[in-house]
Amino acid sequence: MSVDVDRDRAFLDDVRRLADEVAAVHADDVDRDARFPVEAVEALREQRALSAFVPEALGGGGVSFGAIAAACFELGQRCGASAMVFAMHQIQVACIVRHLEDAPWFQDYLSDLAGEQRLIASATSEVGTGGDMRRSVAAVTRGEDGRAGFEKRAPTVSYGAYADDLLTTLRRAPEADSSDQVLVLACGEQIALEPQGTWDPLGMRGTCSPGYVVRAQFGAEQVLPTPFARICPETMVPVSHILWSHLWLGLATDAFERARAFVRAAAKQKPGTTPPAAQRLSHLMSELSLLRAEVSSGLREFTDATGEAGRERLSTMAAVLRFNNLKIAASEQAPRVCQGALGVCGIVGFKNDTPFSVGRHLRDCMSACLMVANERIHQTNANLLLIAKEV
Amino acid sequence: MNDQIRQVLSDHARLPVDVQTLDDDADLYEAGMTSHASVNVMIALEDALDLEFPDAMLKRSVFASVAAIAEAVTALRTAAIR
Repeated sequence: MSVDVDRDRAFLDDVRRLADEVAAVHADDVDRDARFPVEAVEALREQRALSAFVPEALGGGGVSFGAIAAACFELGQRCGASAMVFAMHQIQVACIVRHLEDAPWFQDYLSDLAGEQRLIASATSEVGTGGDMRRSVAAVTRGEDGRAGFEKRAPTVSYGAYADDLLTTLRRAPEADSSDQVLVLACGEQIALEPQGTWDPLGMRGTCSPGYVVRAQFGAEQVLPTPFARICPETMVPVSHILWSHLWLGLATDAFERARAFVRAAAKQKPGTTPPAAQRLSHLMSELSLLRAEVSSGLREFTDATGEAGRERLSTMAAVLRFNNLKIAASEQAPRVCQGALGVCGIVGFKNDTPFSVGRHLRDCMSACLMVANERIHQTNANLLLIAKEV
Repeated sequence: MNDQIRQVLSDHARLPVDVQTLDDDADLYEAGMTSHASVNVMIALEDALDLEFPDAMLKRSVFASVAAIAEAVTALRTAAIR
């Protein structure tokens, strides 16, 4: 067995343990009070999971992308909000790891991230762009002292108040076109967040994602070298859609497991007969299988795209369509499975305080079709389908 | 061919300026062509010139000027003859 496989396995054992022993224990409380999952994130820090995807040479865990995705799945089964915080942090880490182009400041930053287990949030959405991540209003500005800065109105910044650092999309300069974007990593004291509105949503309540006016002052070297136009298709979009869909699969899988436990309990009460709900459970399993297949094939297509040729392939229209479809399919299928589990469990699934409760799973999953709205993705796909030849 | 390309641009590029005032090398995006308009230009060119741009050619640089479009069309037609 290779070292890499051992390393991935040890990492996943740790994540599984903390998912069971920490994230699961606080999940209902986090959900009820719409509070940040501090216990799970602290446990992830203790396991050095926040730097799991940072290369070993920079002090990180050096685990594979597949292991990161599997970790999202594991956490998703126990606490959707903890899984989403972990997933979003790993998306920012992946953007930096894959696009730092040997820039010394970013190499040093990743070492600090590993040493201090820093948590990164992101401000990619913006008021006035109609939900299009590939356009920005706010721009990097330059002060007379040479320091760079920005002011951005972000309608949601997940766990912004709890993060150490912030990755933000901005126009390259005040005169740049709206699609000429860069990614800026601002750290700690460089950031000022002015809260806008409250946070009392239907689901994913522990992500604590209100809007902010974000202001930051930072050094020019804190702009990632690769243009966002390339980071987007090569990393941010596929990685987001893969990690999110893994945690949605986690939510759906736990809902299915609760339904299965309900059916088994019913079967034990009347030995020798198959409970009526067992048939519904079987239907539900085929729905879950579809979700599993889509999620795992999406991951495989991304991990197969290695090297320069692989990166280029990720920028093709076929690949953009592929990973957009992963997001659409998984975000629609996961709530379907959770609702099916509710149908199997009936009233004990509907109640919030039974071993078969699936309300939190269903509500958390309902956020899936909204985070980057599916209709906005369909709009992109519709335009690509007009011109793409090989899909 | 450049006249055909210019006709398509005049019909579909929605430029704020008259396309006849632009050089063959002038940057169409700088002249105000949006990415949405460039999709319509591409589709209209396929129809007007009776050809299909393969995916590899569907990038910003290929539709950046009259000259760039003409070069791509010539390359496609040469490949078709071979």
